[in-house]
Amino acid sequence: MSDKLDKVAGNGLINRRHLLKVGLGGLGSALATNALSADTGLKLQIPQWSQQPGPGTSAYGSPSPFTAQIQRMAGTPDPIYPGGGASRSPLQHLQGTITPNSLHFERHHSGVPAIDPAQHKLVINGLVDQPLMFSYEDLLKYPMVSKTYFLECSGNSGTLFGDTAVDGSVQSMHGLVSCAQWTGILLSTLLDETGVKAQAKWIAAVGADGASMGRSVPLDKALDDVMIALYQNGEPIRPEQGYPMRLFVPGWEGNISVKWLTQLKLTSQASQFRDETSKYTDTMADRRSLQFTFPMGAKSLITSPSGQMSLPQKGVYKVTGIAWSGAGSIRKVEVSADGGRSWADAIIESPQSDKALVRFSIPWQWDGSNAVLQSRATDSAGNIQPSRDALLAERGLISFYHYHGVQSWGINSAGEIKNVYA
Amino acid sequence: MYTPKAFKFAFLLASTVLLLLPGSQAQTVKFGQAISESQLSDFDLIAGPDGSGFPSGSGTAVTGKAVFELKCAACHATNGEGVSGNTRLVGGDMHSAGNPLRTVGSYWPHASTVFDFIRRAMPANAPKSLSNEEVYQVTAYVLFLNNIIEENTVLNKESLTQIQMPNKDGFVDLSHLH
Repeated sequence: MSDKLDKVAGNGLINRRHLLKVGLGGLGSALATNALSADTGLKLQIPQWSQQPGPGTSAYGSPSPFTAQIQRMAGTPDPIYPGGGASRSPLQHLQGTITPNSLHFERHHSGVPAIDPAQHKLVINGLVDQPLMFSYEDLLKYPMVSKTYFLECSGNSGTLFGDTAVDGSVQSMHGLVSCAQWTGILLSTLLDETGVKAQAKWIAAVGADGASMGRSVPLDKALDDVMIALYQNGEPIRPEQGYPMRLFVPGWEGNISVKWLTQLKLTSQASQFRDETSKYTDTMADRRSLQFTFPMGAKSLITSPSGQMSLPQKGVYKVTGIAWSGAGSIRKVEVSADGGRSWADAIIESPQSDKALVRFSIPWQWDGSNAVLQSRATDSAGNIQPSRDALLAERGLISFYHYHGVQSWGINSAGEIKNVYA
Repeated sequence: MYTPKAFKFAFLLASTVLLLLPGSQAQTVKFGQAISESQLSDFDLIAGPDGSGFPSGSGTAVTGKAVFELKCAACHATNGEGVSGNTRLVGGDMHSAGNPLRTVGSYWPHASTVFDFIRRAMPANAPKSLSNEEVYQVTAYVLFLNNIIEENTVLNKESLTQIQMPNKDGFVDLSHLH
């Protein structure tokens, strides 16, 4: 069997035509088994659900009870940090590039405020010609744009700065990234209305949560592609994503896309909020800390097969994952099955849009021996995702945010898959 | 400033423009309501490193100690030593071996941030429950616990932004790169 497979890189990576021809599914779809399951005496019957009418329409849809295991993963609530914490997207269960709204990752600093949109105000003040206040109803009347963008917390994957490789899943280690179609008003539209004074260089964005979370955004970026997002995948933004409105700053660390947005203040310098000084800063080996390290680096992850899964038997598997970059679009994703010694180009299955997730895949024949699966992204600006070693050499060991090194999934002869440092 | 009648007229006019003109012409819509900075004095809590946005009031560590013990010590402990890594407010040395302990004293580059953060987000179970006077007092106490000011130093909007934090030169601003 393996003699007929066209190899494209070491340790079993094979030509995409093997995947296209057979049309395999995800993990567990071993080619040998599927192709050879011939006469087993099976006689297919009409199932019971085809012999009666089902329930009718519903006012608000729900997922199948058979997919009830697809959930966000949240940490244990901390009584001294009420409402704080994060939940992570189940990347291993998702396909395509859009994260369902109920599964988009969360990060809150003082819980989710229960905002009545009729009472909510958005204020723009500071170094403007005329401070203005906007109601939710009024904002809905403005021209809007719809863009598909990823959002990633800069703390995502931070555990990989640690000395030892934790035994984690793609969700537990990397689930602070999601992707949605965001619809809203370009911030430049509202700034045209307030006018901007010449001394203005920054915009302080403040949320209406208990923490009044604040971040400073450089004016140049704000006038470029930043939006006041009101809709997420076609419906009003969910409360945990900032209902009734959030700032959305494409390609930059998630924390700066301030949720429950209620104030934008134009200033001549950064406001030096706690979440841009004490937090979300990157301490280097020389103990200086880099501040305003906004863009998220070129990154990719194999989501299946991935950590804490296991391969049931030898055979051909579809390796699939996601890639993204804060610097532009994804140009190429390569996959290795031999720990980075050889690489093959993966198939890009989705549109390669600016600052959005792409989906990639490649068929792989597992021969039952040890393997290390890796993926490596290249973006439209020419940035290549670094190895973990290269990232640590540049950033040191006491950093925490903006990990975007290559993820290695080690597979042993029993088919068990673990996070490894390779 | 719009009167309600003028606003209604502007709305009708803008709606008409929206209906009649395609493309960029639609951006003539204007729905912002004028508001003055004085109307925002209770709403705008941003206290910046240049001294902007600080309210009147003052406090010292002596007066702050009692407020801190009542409203902060449950999580941050009486002397700011905290009950976990994230709640520790004192100590640390950025040049110590291994991963340095990052606190107000060892890490935070601006004193304004201490005031700004306490006023907007603390105590965590009742944010914005402190008076401005209490925020000055607690800020003074936290800075005193870190040996940055004296017990009797009076903090107010003028003195607070004069404070030099120990790690003030420890940051590299990369905002020009983006």
